[in-house]
Amino acid sequence: MTSIAFRRRAQLAVLLGPVSLFLAVFFLGPLAIMIVTSFLAPGLYGGVEWTWYPHNYGRILGFADPMFEDFDPIYIAIFLRSLKIAAMTVLATLLVCYPAAFCISRLSDRWKNFCLFLITLPFFTSLIVRLFIWVLILRPTGLANEVLIGTGIVSRPLDLIYTDGAIILGMVYVFIPFMFMPVYASVEKLDWTLVRASLDLGAGPIRTFLRIILPLTAPGIAGGAVIVFIPALGNFVVPAILGGAKVMMLGNLIEQQFLAARNWPFGSALAMMVMTVMLVLLFIHVVVSGRRGFDPATGH
Amino acid sequence: MRDSIVRLEKAAKAFATPEGQTVTALDAIDLDVSRNEFLTLLGPSGCGKTTLLQAISGFVQLDGGHILIDGEDMTDRPPYRRPVNTVFQNYALFPHMTVGENTGYALEVAGVAKAERTKRVGDALRMVGLEGMEGRKPRQLSGGQQQRVALARAIIARPKLLLLDEPLSALDKNLRQSMQIELKTLQHELGISFIFVTHDQQEALTMSDRVAVLSGGRIQQLDTPRAIYDQPKNSFVATFVGASNLFEGEAGSGQLVTKDGLSISHGRQGATGAATALIRPEQFFIAQSGDSAPGLDVDLEQIVFVGSTFELFGRTVTGRRVIAEIPAMRRSLVGEIEQSRRARLAYDPAAVHLLPAEAA
Repeated sequence: MTSIAFRRRAQLAVLLGPVSLFLAVFFLGPLAIMIVTSFLAPGLYGGVEWTWYPHNYGRILGFADPMFEDFDPIYIAIFLRSLKIAAMTVLATLLVCYPAAFCISRLSDRWKNFCLFLITLPFFTSLIVRLFIWVLILRPTGLANEVLIGTGIVSRPLDLIYTDGAIILGMVYVFIPFMFMPVYASVEKLDWTLVRASLDLGAGPIRTFLRIILPLTAPGIAGGAVIVFIPALGNFVVPAILGGAKVMMLGNLIEQQFLAARNWPFGSALAMMVMTVMLVLLFIHVVVSGRRGFDPATGH
Repeated sequence: MRDSIVRLEKAAKAFATPEGQTVTALDAIDLDVSRNEFLTLLGPSGCGKTTLLQAISGFVQLDGGHILIDGEDMTDRPPYRRPVNTVFQNYALFPHMTVGENTGYALEVAGVAKAERTKRVGDALRMVGLEGMEGRKPRQLSGGQQQRVALARAIIARPKLLLLDEPLSALDKNLRQSMQIELKTLQHELGISFIFVTHDQQEALTMSDRVAVLSGGRIQQLDTPRAIYDQPKNSFVATFVGASNLFEGEAGSGQLVTKDGLSISHGRQGATGAATALIRPEQFFIAQSGDSAPGLDVDLEQIVFVGSTFELFGRTVTGRRVIAEIPAMRRSLVGEIEQSRRARLAYDPAAVHLLPAEAA
């Protein structure tokens, strides 16, 4: 007997089958390999030695095998710097996107669609090409310095490129669309009669923003923050091009371990650490947004 | 002179349409609302009633004129500094706050201490029949309950004036009628002036002390519900409020003759010149043989039973449409004319109202 419940489950299996299979083979598989690798000893000339070796993590966290690999606080410093740059990227993209979302949400439909198209326009060109244009702008003889010197604001070229600032600028440039879309979605949904009601009940513009507009658009801000923070933390293209050799981020470090140092276990351990941080952040996000949506009447 | 709580002096507002035209929403409106008065702004959509309400609450900046609330000039004050609160059409409850937080918002903003706030929130909710609902979220309430929260939230800070922007339009008919009576009672208890906006003439007549009928950005007539209904000043008011039969023609003493030759008797002796006679449908009765009252002979096109009355749709010999309302208790008479499809609709000349002729 094929009950409706059974048929529904069969349908679901058919629909979800391909994606499950794909993720299992191309995501869970490599992930398992990486977890195993991160606990193996590095081979002398690359590859791995099949022995239990937790000291890859020790090198980062402070319990290293002093004979072979040493603990170096530089890794934690790079970790913290990457967190800082990712956080500043989130903040900067938010400061750019939030006001813009309000402006665009109040335009007529035609202009709205045009502006949304403009936001996605950068995706039509290669990321690498776009970042190299920033190199041309920021280098000592680049456009930015020429303008600054030409207008007499500075007398000697500034160090613009290969700084934290250059990386953040590049990151903001890359991640603005990722922040804009979720923020815009929640701003667009905002019911302006609620703002009117708040003003009508005696709340001034600032209080109305803090008590009404901000809480009601918070889900979009949180969504945008997660979507920007996670790839920003692991990004290695932007620091590689705009940070040069001076500024190292986690993404570069991991890339180096795999490609230049040929130390796969240590690279895997670093990657696992990044993933742990991201999972913790995602977990917090899910818990917080889940509680906001909790309805005591229905229990959902 | 009456004690005025709101005064509008030559309030004017025009909007530019996207097509580049200007629409006059308020055409130099003068209006006085008394303390403790229930005033209704009645009119079709686009007549300026909502603009007028928003001008008082501060969401529309006037192009000209002044608004005084309790003697103070409010023309340039932002909404959050006016002693006026609004009940919005779609309730506009804050979805992320509980019923208690919604209700107490105006007090919280005004810096009232938590203990007093809690007490006053309880009082306000009791007043609208939602005792003990403080902890609920707005989306857990029915439409009628949300409406009550919006009301409690708007009255809690004791505004000098409460504005209601078609607050009952989203409710079903039975609930709307009971809310009409509750609102009226509440207004009496609070002693606050209410300005109520609606396009529903029944609602306006039921609840108001005075009704302002608006059209084209102007107040067509401002009067008690009875005066609006019985003595409308022009044909717009006559047709917008209630059903009406209008007969344009030349008035003479006790008679009005229309262009198509109908003669309507009226009670006004000295009347002369062009005028329009108004006969409400319920003023007609079916003439029986021997009745001496004046009347109109009509061919009946349709007879509709609506419960308490029959509605008769007929045409005079000259082809003019006439509507009459006959109480359902006269059903034997209606039965007779249903057979013949003809009737003589009689009326009392004293009940005929004469409108001055209007410039076309």
